[in-house]
Amino acid sequence: MSEFNLETASFKLNPRYQYQWEEAQQCHVLLYPEGLIKLSGSAAEILQRCQQPTTMAAVVGELNTAFPEAEGLANDVKEFLADAQQQVWIVQVSD
Amino acid sequence: MDKTTSHIPMWLLAELTFACPVQCSYCSNPLELSASRKNELSTEEWIRVMRQARKLGAVQLGFSGGEPLVRTDLEELVVEAKSLGYYINLITSSIGLTAEKITTLKEAGLGHIQISFQGSNRESNQLLGGTDSFDHKVAMTKEVIKQELALGLNFVLHRQNLHQVEEFLTMAQSLGAEFVELANCQYYGWGLHNREHLLPSQEQLIDAERVTNEFREKYKGDMDIFFVAPDYYDDRPKKCSNGWGTTFMTVNPEGEVLPCQAAKVIPGLEFPNVRDNDLKDIWHNSDLFNRFRGTDWMTEPCKSCPEKEIDLGGCRCQALMLTGDATNADPVCSLSPHHDEVLRITAKAQRPYEEEETQKLVFRNPGNSKKIRAEKSELTE
Ligand code: SF4
Ligand code: SF4
Repeated sequence: MSEFNLETASFKLNPRYQYQWEEAQQCHVLLYPEGLIKLSGSAAEILQRCQQPTTMAAVVGELNTAFPEAEGLANDVKEFLADAQQQVWIVQVSD
Repeated sequence: MDKTTSHIPMWLLAELTFACPVQCSYCSNPLELSASRKNELSTEEWIRVMRQARKLGAVQLGFSGGEPLVRTDLEELVVEAKSLGYYINLITSSIGLTAEKITTLKEAGLGHIQISFQGSNRESNQLLGGTDSFDHKVAMTKEVIKQELALGLNFVLHRQNLHQVEEFLTMAQSLGAEFVELANCQYYGWGLHNREHLLPSQEQLIDAERVTNEFREKYKGDMDIFFVAPDYYDDRPKKCSNGWGTTFMTVNPEGEVLPCQAAKVIPGLEFPNVRDNDLKDIWHNSDLFNRFRGTDWMTEPCKSCPEKEIDLGGCRCQALMLTGDATNADPVCSLSPHHDEVLRITAKAQRPYEEEETQKLVFRNPGNSKKIRAEKSELTE
């Protein structure tokens, strides 16, 4: 499940996690059984784009458009997604 | 005076009913079971409660009881909770659950089901839970996994079943459970009444923890096991519900709001009711939630203790039950002048497990509730 090629595969947010904005905490969160992870602004920008099936290239492309000033974006996204894959926040979509 | 706290009640535990087909002798529900359900909050009242709590920032919602499946409006409540943005957990004995119900609850937005087991095989589950439900629990566990809903198995441990940890974990593993909680029962309500026959020996605990660690090692990555030791054996207490009035809010079937499930035992506390007050007002301004918030209420040795921010003096209910005063240090703490009471209780538990002792447990049911009440009033006459 958590083993797929991040560079080539399609993936999306693990349906076991609930992603949403929390007004009271002023941040996005990932909810799971009896727990919650507070997301940083950039983590939220990435996961936001994983709610539907997507690829790493697509996420990087969208973020480059949204934040043309940002430097080293591709690397940051890769690092975060690799971590998200480890934590099983994202899962492969078989097509 | 404005007492608005910056804490957010992230957890709302909705105890939908005290009614329960199971009869656990460790149940933390009050001994005085109200036989009637007519005082339970209505669907509309629960929806109002969920709305108000969500506004305060509650995000994890637990439906429990008693047995929450007894409520015929459960699905409706889940739909509403989902639309409000909660992550929804169902804490159940699985009695009343069917494959169809799992499907409807999942479609309604349920995220996670926790199924509790009382024993690790048919006979002992029946003996300890008072219902012939083992096969059904196993079937429902399989069904939840099949329908890809997050599942947790919960095995409540005590003197009479600690030796079954291996059998239980073997079963959990073969069913494919990813998350298992082995929680030693707490001593409130029925659990306190039965404490003598529930509190394990140190040896039983060491054995069970060793087995748990073996499974952890063997099934790393496939099965997460969480072991909760009974706090009587620590020399520092556990924080009460992550800190009184910081994280948890429990609403009981009749609308009373509690900082933790056990708080009803503290005399002199008035429990605000959602029928009379807004949850926001209760959380911020009620005497109950402010009484033990933070550290200002402390007496010695907690008051000048360097560790006071770590455990916030432990459990208030335990302090009350064992020392007679809820503002004392939790006597589980070795710095408490009442700690010898805990040592006296645990010393008595250092006898080996014997099968016959199980018969001494008093099971949670209306008949026993009545009997206990009668005994109590005889004593006070
Ligand atoms: S602890 Fe047992 S008796 Fe008490 S509510 Fe839970 S299942 Fe029912
Ligand atoms: S004395 Fe009180 S604050 Fe200090 S460790 Fe013990 S219980 Fe905690």
